Amino acid sequence: MIVVENLHKYFDGEPILKGISTSFEKGKTNLVIGQSGSGKTVFLKSLLGLFTPEEGNIIYNGETYSEMDDSQKRDLRQKMGMVFQGSALFDSMTVEENVMFPLRMFTNDPISEMQERVDFVLNRVNLTDAHHKFPSEISGGMQKRVAIARAIVNKPQYLFCDEPNSGLDPKTAIVIDNLVQEITREYDITTIINTHDMNSVMEIGEKIIFLKDGYKAWEGSNKEIFKTDNEAVTNFVYSSELFKKVRQMYIEERN
Amino acid sequence: MKYFEAIGKYFLMILEVFRRPTKWSIMKTLILKEIDDLIYGSLGIVIFISFFVGGVVAIQTALNTDSPLLPKYLVGFATRQSVILEFAPTFISIIMAGKIGSYITSSIGTMRVTEQIDALEVMGINALNYLVFPKIVALLLYPFVISISMYLGILGGWTASVLGGFNTSTQFIEGLQIDFKPYHVFYAFSKTFIFAFILATIPSYHGFYMQGGALEVGKASTTSFVWTSVVIIIINYILTQMLLG
Repeated sequence: MIVVENLHKYFDGEPILKGISTSFEKGKTNLVIGQSGSGKTVFLKSLLGLFTPEEGNIIYNGETYSEMDDSQKRDLRQKMGMVFQGSALFDSMTVEENVMFPLRMFTNDPISEMQERVDFVLNRVNLTDAHHKFPSEISGGMQKRVAIARAIVNKPQYLFCDEPNSGLDPKTAIVIDNLVQEITREYDITTIINTHDMNSVMEIGEKIIFLKDGYKAWEGSNKEIFKTDNEAVTNFVYSSELFKKVRQMYIEERN
Repeated sequence: MKYFEAIGKYFLMILEVFRRPTKWSIMKTLILKEIDDLIYGSLGIVIFISFFVGGVVAIQTALNTDSPLLPKYLVGFATRQSVILEFAPTFISIIMAGKIGSYITSSIGTMRVTEQIDALEVMGINALNYLVFPKIVALLLYPFVISISMYLGILGGWTASVLGGFNTSTQFIEGLQIDFKPYHVFYAFSKTFIFAFILATIPSYHGFYMQGGALEVGKASTTSFVWTSVVIIIINYILTQMLLG
């Protein structure tokens, strides 16, 4: 579980995150949504320790990040898996080497065991015939799956995904969403996903935080988001005609 | 003020490079890869340039010292001194600032832009040690490149001098041997080690701390070449004054 208390972050004196407080439960897919520039990526990178917040606390399973020493922070980071927006696979390594990288770096397991684990996770993300290809030789969707495999290979306790669906076709986006949700439940990990993909919100948003101009404007689940009257949320979520009609149908059905 | 800040940041980066070392089994592979990219990959251009510039130095010396009062061995002597003292260590280093310096900046810069450096940091890896330390170690072999440059520069001078009819082989070789000071070789290799460190670290600094996208990677490579060359020339002046002055 991750608890965030009154998080503030500034860049060049300009506030980007303005006192965000929330919590993310284990075994659930937690979504952070909001328009571009709302502070989603800064929020996620603050949770990852890539940015140091000026105020507030981030508490991982009862331990406050800012109170940890360097070695505790390193240990914590080894319990984190991250799927970056652009996948961030190492260009010079094959798919297999990319996925094996965290194991080679942090374990002393024999190579046969590492290979077994890599085969298992690549199989888990439905990639069985791309082991020896380089990232530039596979599609965007496959790159995302490799990134997920690399993020989970070391059995993390926390999984972070920054817009895992960006640049993917709707069908592949759903595959990635379902995969992340299945992995979250299967391994009972705390997953936080940054997205502005409404399909993801509706499909896998067990807990949703809506950020607007650096504030937390709303918090709830994908079931509650239909019912909310929060203007900022409805303006964002129902900005497309399709979703406006879906909401209208829902309200009519309810009445 | 901005320059002082950058200098401070550069030295802090150097300190960080030597902290929290990457696992040796991985570092070993990285070092071998960098030796291949930075040292072995540079040999072709160094061989080509050294041979022909050595030839040009010999021809220019011969054409500008054709007085009968001057000894014929002067061509060999001047070629040796020019190549060993300045051409091989300093000018090859400036050429390398363009070749390997821009490669280092653009490869690290691209890793920054595509969040590969963030990926390393999220895993709890010291990205500076992982990326820069193998380059510093690989460039410890840089004096080997410079020694090849010295040898081929002199060979180019001998070839141009003898084939061009400016000297006999004996006269040229006499010039190479006359008044030879082994200390000059020590001076040249001392400079080379320092230039190697500069070649590994300044381009890494520009790549690691760059911000922006693909266009900024290109700009960072150019800036890195300019600053690496400027620093090499300034350090060359200081070292020459200290060691030979």
